[in-house]
Amino acid sequence: MPSDSVLRLVWIYPDLLSTYGDQGNVLVLEQRARRRGIPVETVHVRSADPVPESGDIYLIGGGEDRPQILAAQRLRRDGGLHRAIARGAAMLAVCAGYQIMGSVFGGEEGQPVDGIGLLDIASGRGAGRAVGELVAETDPALGVPTLTGFENHMGVTRLGPGVRPLSRTVVGTGNGDGTEGCYAGKVVGTYLHGPALARNPGLADLLLTWATGAQPAPIDDVWFERLRQERLAATLPRA
Amino acid sequence: MSQLPLRAQLASALGRTAATLSRATGRGDGSVIGGRVGLALEPDLLRKLAQDRRLALVSATNGKTTTTRLITSALQELGDVATNAFGANMPAGHVSALSSAKDAPYGVLEVDEKYLPEVIDTTGAGVVVLMNLSRDQMDRAAEIWLLAQKWRRALAGRNTHVIANADDPLVTWGASTAPSVTWVSAGQPWKEDSWCCPECGGPLDRKGLDYVPPGGHVSGVVGPATQDENDWACRECSFRRPQPSWILDGETAIDPRGRRWPLDIQLPGRANRANAVIALATAEAFGLPVERALPRLREVTSVAGRYTTVEREGRHARLLLAKNPAGWLEAFDVLDPTLPVILSVNAQGPDGRDTSWLWDVDYRVLRGRPVYVTGERKFDLALRLEVADVPFQLMGSFAQALAAQPPGKVDVIANYTAFQQIRSEFGRAV
Ligand SMILES: [Zn+2]
Repeated sequence: MPSDSVLRLVWIYPDLLSTYGDQGNVLVLEQRARRRGIPVETVHVRSADPVPESGDIYLIGGGEDRPQILAAQRLRRDGGLHRAIARGAAMLAVCAGYQIMGSVFGGEEGQPVDGIGLLDIASGRGAGRAVGELVAETDPALGVPTLTGFENHMGVTRLGPGVRPLSRTVVGTGNGDGTEGCYAGKVVGTYLHGPALARNPGLADLLLTWATGAQPAPIDDVWFERLRQERLAATLPRA
Repeated sequence: MSQLPLRAQLASALGRTAATLSRATGRGDGSVIGGRVGLALEPDLLRKLAQDRRLALVSATNGKTTTTRLITSALQELGDVATNAFGANMPAGHVSALSSAKDAPYGVLEVDEKYLPEVIDTTGAGVVVLMNLSRDQMDRAAEIWLLAQKWRRALAGRNTHVIANADDPLVTWGASTAPSVTWVSAGQPWKEDSWCCPECGGPLDRKGLDYVPPGGHVSGVVGPATQDENDWACRECSFRRPQPSWILDGETAIDPRGRRWPLDIQLPGRANRANAVIALATAEAFGLPVERALPRLREVTSVAGRYTTVEREGRHARLLLAKNPAGWLEAFDVLDPTLPVILSVNAQGPDGRDTSWLWDVDYRVLRGRPVYVTGERKFDLALRLEVADVPFQLMGSFAQALAAQPPGKVDVIANYTAFQQIRSEFGRAV
């Protein structure tokens, strides 16, 4: 992103994949960019419309089985997201949106459905639903503090050699093998559903760093921090 | 109604004893515990209690309790009505309601959305009332498209008359397998769960309204609904809004003969006017004309504590319940813009343990008035307001927030358990 231009956020398919507070990720990125004097332009791409290729950060959220399958079909047919990522755009994919990024995911009856192949992962349906608070230690290479959030999914995700785990779970299920989420290049996926960035402003800043090429300046994080501390204290086993 | 078999009579009587005990020991209003004891003894009890009554089942994500109360008030014009007035809306609560009014020829039951197919099946109710479906407590509730699909299966091939909100595409889809439907244009301010066709997944077009991004509402004030504004149709298949026979037009109900009735009800806000039109259409399905039903609706002032005012040391707090994003949108419509507002949010089991939904509510409408934040998840709400650029003050408790007000009026919006906590501390008047 050239320093004099606007940061372009692209929210993919809010009409299909925005079941529960996914808008929060858009709002948090907008706020954290603006507080640093970076002008922001957000595009909401409805599923009937083409995905623009010129965005800086792409966001895709969670959803029910049927919209998830529709979203995967439409993204494959459209191709805009693939071209954007090939161009070097950053992306946050959440929950159902995370599963879609892989080669395959579980459909309504657990049947395998083709993903869009932007991350080297394969997902299927687990035995039970993982619902509850999640805490995970992030890959130290990312410089992002402990992840905190809420998961609500039936997925089990196997990571291939082309991705690295985003974190190792302390509380919660995540991918199902002791890891939670993954990343490759500037694409990050997570089972922390809905407004994952509201409780993880460090992850929001990682996306901003990837998109702008510079470490964002520190800002007043008091309300983010108070929420994080309250949630971590409520979730972590007492020492 | 006919005599119950002895075993069912016994089960029903035991259920009533347990309910009395529960009330006497202060553990609740007794409506659920009574029904649980009854059901355990006699699984068929609900079926027997429902026999030979004219029953209406009322289901939706929001407005069930209030609409149940409005329909009950209207039908009392015709005779005694059994009802689960305390919102105990699962089969145990239905048993409790019906067994405590054995001889009532009418029944109006609020039914949890998930239990509706089962309760339709058990009771064989003649009338089913369906108002809206939207995202709600996702950590434990079923996906709403699946819910609507179950409604379709439950209603198909059954001799049930449905009263349904034609402005809600998912409700329309859920109701449209029923053999006879009275379609009501009751409005749908919350549209984030219905941009896609439930039949084919294609985009839904709305007349005079292009896609509005979630959170794109500039104001929480909802304008008068006209027929056109609420129209919708799928761009890719033949699924579209049916022609409504009843219409909510601002403050007025229009009946199937085109007569206009100023509603003039005491319950505040657009959502309650929508509930009232649905209640009028339901009353007519029971043979009760508008001129007899409407005066009954106007007598209702508060429902299970909703919209009541609690008072302490000269501070008068009006209580509004909002459990999910669509409910908050309707609650904002009721707020007095000149008053301060206290917001209280919890995340206990009945609220849903996940607070993500806060990010689906557009709080910007609160800018420019004093906002006080409390509740067990006050930090979630505080951050949400911070990101929305809504100034607020964090308070340790509702009592502190109230004490911080100058004497006079204040509005309160709380979600389920936060609302119940305020009621039990400040008075449970119904
Ligand atoms: Zn369609």
